[in-house]
Amino acid sequence: MKYLSEYRNAAVVKKLLTELQAIVTQPWMLMEICGGQTHSLVKNGILEMLPPEVTMVHGPGCPVCVTPASMIDKAVALAMRQEVVLCSFGDMVRVPGSRKSLQQARSEGGNLKIVYSPLDAVKLAQEHPEKEVIFFAVGFETTAPANALAVLQAAKQGLTNFSVLVSHVLVPPAMEAILSDRFNNINAFLGAGHVCTVMGLQEYYALAQKYRVPVVVTGFEPVDLLEGILLAVRQLETGRAAVENQYARVVRESGNEAAQAVIREVFEVADREWRGIGLIPQSGYRVREQYRQFDAEQKFGESAEVLFSETDTGCIAGEILRGLKKPAQCPHFGKACTPLYPLGAPMVSSEGACAAYFHFSQACEVTASPH
Amino acid sequence: MCLGIPAKLETIDEASDEFFRTGKISFGGISRTVSLAMLSEAQPGDYVLVHAGIALSVISEEEARTVFEYLKESGELEEEGLPEEDI
Ligand code: SF4
Repeated sequence: MKYLSEYRNAAVVKKLLTELQAIVTQPWMLMEICGGQTHSLVKNGILEMLPPEVTMVHGPGCPVCVTPASMIDKAVALAMRQEVVLCSFGDMVRVPGSRKSLQQARSEGGNLKIVYSPLDAVKLAQEHPEKEVIFFAVGFETTAPANALAVLQAAKQGLTNFSVLVSHVLVPPAMEAILSDRFNNINAFLGAGHVCTVMGLQEYYALAQKYRVPVVVTGFEPVDLLEGILLAVRQLETGRAAVENQYARVVRESGNEAAQAVIREVFEVADREWRGIGLIPQSGYRVREQYRQFDAEQKFGESAEVLFSETDTGCIAGEILRGLKKPAQCPHFGKACTPLYPLGAPMVSSEGACAAYFHFSQACEVTASPH
Repeated sequence: MCLGIPAKLETIDEASDEFFRTGKISFGGISRTVSLAMLSEAQPGDYVLVHAGIALSVISEEEARTVFEYLKESGELEEEGLPEEDI
């Protein structure tokens, strides 16, 4: 039996839309940060249901999309070393680096293993003392607790053959970078529900106040998203800029404090390069000095060669990730660039805006043309 | 990799060190061990959200079902990658 929750009830959706229509008086541009929300908005056809005044643009919240090509290159170089087993989350393996993806590296003899958790990689290191196990630690605040815990466990077990290649990024600095861009036209944000499960709401208050921008932490279901949009538009229409929590059934004000403590123990905030966006100051994590023997970059000193620039291929991911353009405005979209042969990272993962639009436009064509 | 996987916590294995505390979860017919290092309040029978092998929050049963349905429909369950067998 199919379980249909109240969060996708058609009557509730309709009611929220009517309410939205009733309060909106002028154009507003909202950005959802999280790729999971982008996927849900596109897939559930919510973008088409919104009143014409409300435009959603899609933010940089897909870790697969923002991990720089230079980091993929480092991972590829490490995977090609004889003694190394490079472990990665499954969705990273098809992302193009400047010359190849991890998947291509594997087909050329690289040693790559897909794991569900960095803790699996720690276990692997324990079982294979003859190998150097490296975990490709990417992601936002949601994967940081797992990656930090992996380092702590390896340290406690005294493992000398485990390390992490860190490319961690943080959501609030990316929001700030978008807001302070002179071309910015975002009026409000939908905050990423699961990121806040870890970090709580604290980091958003200063941002909302400084830039006079509403931030509504939102879930992933159609009703969640519409409710989030409604709360944000209501704030905009009444001249408020507050932090609200639409997703209180999962997200607590203070987040998960134990997880925050583990992250702080292992990582410190550092500058990070974002694919398609460039360097954002203080926008990610690096391994603290105290745990440097678990930092693959320190341990192997692997440096990437050519820095890849997205413009080489004509991919406009940078503009898409900053909300300046939509995927269909890219000349390669659906032509040279498809999920099977992605030119840029946003076409790789289902959380990427280009892939979400691609799948959705395919589905539309199927229903629109019965022959 | 960002979306948490909802699961029911079946049993807790006490470890000498809090950083190694684990529990068995089940979801959609699959069971596996996850870290409980960051969720000391979770009890057997609770539903939890698991991120990359770490349980991070206790949620209601209804929420667990909602998220599970969502993941299943959007193909995210495969993407979250159930582990491969060997090196
Ligand atoms: S469609 Fe492809 S080439 Fe164009 S922006 Fe998206 S990922 Fe880049």
